[in-house]
Amino acid sequence: MSRLLTKMEVDRRLVGLAVVLLIIWVGFDIASGGRFITPRNIFNLSVQTASVAVMACGMVLIIVTRHIDLSVGAILGVLAMIMGVVQTDVLPQFLDYNHPLTWILTLLVGIVLGAAIGGLQGLAVGYLGVPAFIVTLGGLLVWRGSAWWVTQGRTVAPLDHNFILLGGGIEGTIGATWSWIVALIAILAIIYAAIMERRRRLSFEFPVKPVWAEYTNTIIKGGLVLAAIATLNAYHLPTRAAERLLENKGIPVTPENLEISHGIPIPLLIVALVAIILTIVVKRTRFGRYVFAIGGNPQAAELAGINVKRMTVAVFALMGVLCAISAAISSARLQSAGNDLGTLDELRVIAAVVIGGTSLAGGVGTIYGALIGALVMQSLQSGMALLGVDTSLQSIVIGLVLVLAVFSDKYFHRRYSDPTA
Amino acid sequence: MTDMTTNTDPLVEMRDIHISFGGVKAVDGVSIDLYPGEVVGVLGHNGAGKSTLIKILSGAYQADSGQIIVDGKEAKIENARDARDNNIETIYQNLALADNLDAAQNLFLGREIIDKLGFLDDAAMEHKAREVLHRLNPNFKKFTSPVSALSGGQRQSVAIARALLFEARVLIMDEPCAALGVHETKMVGELIDQLKRDGLGILLISHDLHDVFDLSDRLHVMKNGKLVGSVRTKDVTHDDVLGMIILGKMPEHLLHLAGPGATNRPVTSKASDITTPDKTGTDQPHPAPLTPNETSETPR
Repeated sequence: MSRLLTKMEVDRRLVGLAVVLLIIWVGFDIASGGRFITPRNIFNLSVQTASVAVMACGMVLIIVTRHIDLSVGAILGVLAMIMGVVQTDVLPQFLDYNHPLTWILTLLVGIVLGAAIGGLQGLAVGYLGVPAFIVTLGGLLVWRGSAWWVTQGRTVAPLDHNFILLGGGIEGTIGATWSWIVALIAILAIIYAAIMERRRRLSFEFPVKPVWAEYTNTIIKGGLVLAAIATLNAYHLPTRAAERLLENKGIPVTPENLEISHGIPIPLLIVALVAIILTIVVKRTRFGRYVFAIGGNPQAAELAGINVKRMTVAVFALMGVLCAISAAISSARLQSAGNDLGTLDELRVIAAVVIGGTSLAGGVGTIYGALIGALVMQSLQSGMALLGVDTSLQSIVIGLVLVLAVFSDKYFHRRYSDPTA
Repeated sequence: MTDMTTNTDPLVEMRDIHISFGGVKAVDGVSIDLYPGEVVGVLGHNGAGKSTLIKILSGAYQADSGQIIVDGKEAKIENARDARDNNIETIYQNLALADNLDAAQNLFLGREIIDKLGFLDDAAMEHKAREVLHRLNPNFKKFTSPVSALSGGQRQSVAIARALLFEARVLIMDEPCAALGVHETKMVGELIDQLKRDGLGILLISHDLHDVFDLSDRLHVMKNGKLVGSVRTKDVTHDDVLGMIILGKMPEHLLHLAGPGATNRPVTSKASDITTPDKTGTDQPHPAPLTPNETSETPR
């Protein structure tokens, strides 16, 4: 089995994580009498994971460069408040109510401010040399406090109609047809990437995977995409919502017409986009290479001519941008912005990243690992909620799982990563 | 100097280098040189000033006074990038590599090959890495593992290959064999021999005589920030060199080569000596203007 995985060049840690996730899902499904692995629950799970997943992608880079960001939840809170005020109080002075530009401008304001806040913290870490733990611990208090000041504690609602689509919900999905189109594009991209990679390696006469392994890899990846999309499409709108939608469009209400699929929720699409972009950044750009070089050996990076301080600022600024996106997703999902939004999210994000195999010592970590880590965390939480487990007991279990995950990763890593292999 | 290099100019000369830290003279009027195809050891105890001297050449420190001459022209070396621009590469013992990256990624760190779209061209880098590493070390196979999985000797190959890729002509190796096993030390020795044949000049810094004695053509020995003397390796024995390192004493038969730091330096050899001390008897066409040696002895 182990040799098989090596041949297929599959990350063992990834397989381990996938197995853990599968056990959790099947376990909860059995315990809840088949209510966990249902289109509806999977759909909800994907929407609930989105906010943490987006931030986890950025946290991977932070932790890989040997830093930490404890302020992401608080930054999310303050940005959600500001974006709430921008779309409900500021922009309506210039634009019509629910103007199509409102959500874009709002998001833009959030992203610019997020970059500024993150960049500011990065400056303190990189140029002033204050440890990231302290800077962002201070940031946690500062930004959480600022979130209250934005409206003196008043919750901002209702939000812009288009903005709310970012949070999923009944209308915040792309429907069955577009979902299948996205699936098709994804599968074509997977095949194209595999062919190009192989051709490139062959052109330099490097060793390549056996052909059967290429096929298996591609089929598994494509199959997962199809399964995910089919599941999301199998979740239909509630009858009453479907009726309203049909009436609005002037389509006759018949039993067949009422079967309207949700399809891919917009927040999931955002997560996918963020993850793909960041994976490309990490693997294929100088920026990503330098992030890992700094994490592996800061002095070597410096000697190689990398501007470590500037990179630190950039990585923290990127984290701030992702906090803005997460702020949009979570406030849109709740259709309101309260100043306690994102409380304790920093811990969920860090836990997700660590469960996903990112080493707190720096230099090692993957974006997809963080995504699965986020999904594992959310699955545990949702599953226990589904079973009616106390919130206090939920916290205890999740805390233990975090410690266990890091321990088992260390243990298996020591055992199976033979340097001579 | 040696017969084969009589007519070539030195790759690098450091002349009358002074540097002090808070009143302590770490390097006090030292001059050394290095010719193409030559391996020169810089020896001395911890604190003798050898590392400081070399860090001035690699751009980590700046000298208070003195000249660095590369290919006959005075060079300003104020940082690591300046040194690299002058084709001077330094291989630091443990600082050189990012452990989590693989060999090719380390080789090209800071100078990645990118494709038309601005993305990293990993295949091209791996290709080039295989080429260079194969030349250095035909047994090198682990191109896709992180360098933390490599042995000390293999890591040293990667570090050297990195310097070669940047077209180094002067290679500074700080304690190249520290923390290496017997077999790996031998491997690094073979590497150095090969680079020498390719015409590079190599400076080996070590406090351990045995590491460098067999590899070096010449030795510069330092003590207390001064040059004890410069000798050809074949003219001296281990004991001679140990005497230079520990006591700062030149061997009797080579007293005329003594530098300003030699404790048994004859008074007569001061100004009128035919062989200028710090030039170590190199057959320079114009030795006189090159060696303002007295300046190093007048208190400043």
